[in-house]
Amino acid sequence: MSTNLADPTRLATPPTFQAVSLSRRIKNGFATALVWGAFLIAIIPLVWVLYTVVQRGFPVILDGDWWQKSLSGLLARQQGGGAYHAIYGTLVQGLVCGVISVPIGIMIAIYLVEYGGRSKLAKATTFMVDILTGVPSIVAALFIYTVWITYAGMGRSAFAVSIALVLLMVPVVVRTTEEMLKIVPDELREASYALGIPKWKTIVKIVIPTALSGILTGIMLALARVMGETAPVLVLAAYAPFINYNLFSGPMASLPLMMVNERNNPTQAGFERLWGAAITLVLIITLFNLLATVISRVLAPKTK
Amino acid sequence: MNDPVVAKRPAGSGDPGAARGVAAAPTASEAPIPPTPEAPETPKAPHVRPGDRIFRGLATGSGVFIVVLIGAIGLFLILQAIPSLGLDQINFLTSREWNTSDPANLRFGILDLLLVTVIVSILALLIAMPIALGIALFLTQYAPRNLARPFAYVVDLLAAVPSIVFGLWGLFVLGPVLYPFSEWLIDTLGWIPIFAKGNVNVQLGGTIFTAGIVVAVMILPIITAVSREVFDRTPRMHIEGAIALGATKWEVVRTTVLPFGKAGYVSASMLGLGRALGETIAVMIILSTTSAAFGWSLFDGGATFASKIALAAPEFNDTRSAGAYIAAGLVLFVLTFVVNAIARSIVAGHKEYE
Repeated sequence: MSTNLADPTRLATPPTFQAVSLSRRIKNGFATALVWGAFLIAIIPLVWVLYTVVQRGFPVILDGDWWQKSLSGLLARQQGGGAYHAIYGTLVQGLVCGVISVPIGIMIAIYLVEYGGRSKLAKATTFMVDILTGVPSIVAALFIYTVWITYAGMGRSAFAVSIALVLLMVPVVVRTTEEMLKIVPDELREASYALGIPKWKTIVKIVIPTALSGILTGIMLALARVMGETAPVLVLAAYAPFINYNLFSGPMASLPLMMVNERNNPTQAGFERLWGAAITLVLIITLFNLLATVISRVLAPKTK
Repeated sequence: MNDPVVAKRPAGSGDPGAARGVAAAPTASEAPIPPTPEAPETPKAPHVRPGDRIFRGLATGSGVFIVVLIGAIGLFLILQAIPSLGLDQINFLTSREWNTSDPANLRFGILDLLLVTVIVSILALLIAMPIALGIALFLTQYAPRNLARPFAYVVDLLAAVPSIVFGLWGLFVLGPVLYPFSEWLIDTLGWIPIFAKGNVNVQLGGTIFTAGIVVAVMILPIITAVSREVFDRTPRMHIEGAIALGATKWEVVRTTVLPFGKAGYVSASMLGLGRALGETIAVMIILSTTSAAFGWSLFDGGATFASKIALAAPEFNDTRSAGAYIAAGLVLFVLTFVVNAIARSIVAGHKEYE
């Protein structure tokens, strides 16, 4: 409102906020472009792989026979038949593995969170779980081969595959369960103790149910992961083009094993089986992933 | 799971809070009941319920089990490898020959396997590291808030695709697409040893180059996921401070997020390296096998530890021949163990990540 200013636009002090210089803006824009680019680059192979699998495999699985028949009695070049035997193998091996891994994994997580504290054993266990996460599936398979087939003298069977898968599944279950148990509020535990509930009952009836949705989600994701593993089935089970319900003896097919077998089959039938099995495997894994999402939504934690 | 002697003593038995090590004191002060003195080491009446004892035993046992398990993996692999190593006619570590078809005359050395494994993994890592860094920054700093989660889910989907599917895609789809580019690299940069014409037919695509790219795609999700977690923990204050000083988005990232997350990112990359070293089926499907020695070119074929074992696995019949592969598996186990242990120790030194 003053009247005696010579130049009303001139500031008394240099401006506090200066324009961002061109070089800084260019650098910023460049970095933003790079970062977006990195993300887009990662999307390319994902879309490309899925497109390949769907485009080549989708016509195959539309046939009802695919889901209901095995390849029993068919020659390599004969079209027809299905992947029933392999789907059965993949599901059963995965489920048996799950039945063994889940209790072990959850108990380890309970030990780490509820009992271990900062003891030496707990530290060693955490370290070993980390190491087990990184053990290549082929090494796990070789280990089971050594113990189960060489030393115990058992034959190759679907059950051996399941045990090898346990080695791969347990660390995943431990990790997710541990994370979930850690976020269960201590107030819940203390309220339970205050009522005179023993510690183990508190864990079973209070802590686990609270964390249940997260644990189940983790289990589903872990199952999806082990079902796609190929190395253990390759080492520990022989392929059979027919259905074999027996877990403990005889060759049993699974989807990855079927793909390994059919990839060298140059005929049209081989092409169809290969990509049909690929899309079936991807579908099963997607199904388990979806199940995980649904579980985490439906059984969402009751406490905030 | 029965619990015969409960509820005799309402509070204070077991060791609530002791194992957790936190929150016992603050809540106790609010409680109307006077807190039972916490003395878990010397309880007045050492009464532990049987249910508690069993459950604790089970949990601790599971913890011990996993420690023993890792030891057993090493032990059994060693036990099985030693006899074959003794029968090996040539030096295990420095030879390039691999012939186990005659168990009476085993000739196997891992030098070529080691070199191919390392080259594939390093190529994969070189490709995946910058991209994973970009994605992690994108997901934590750049992506619109409401889209960050779905985007992260998309990247995680990469991890859900089975490795055998990646392998088939790499060999049948990516390989042919890369062929002109490979040819061009060989023609123009062929005088550099790593781009020299390799020992397998480039047209088939079964080269270390293809395998490295596919493995890079496969280790992207793990590097991204771990880096993302670390970047997410950048203290809010640092970021806001940088913004208040007028930093651009990139300057915020460069001065706060990157210095904070550097160790985590390096550790994540080591985890990715561990995965790459052990990647089996995709590499087995893609790499063309060759009897020629590895010649330091990206366009060579060959076999990694894992792919060599997987290729031979269905024919493991003789214990001595199988022992040769198990010896190779043992080296792979030690290699991944060391890499993973380094990755872990890097993060262990940084308390701010917890």
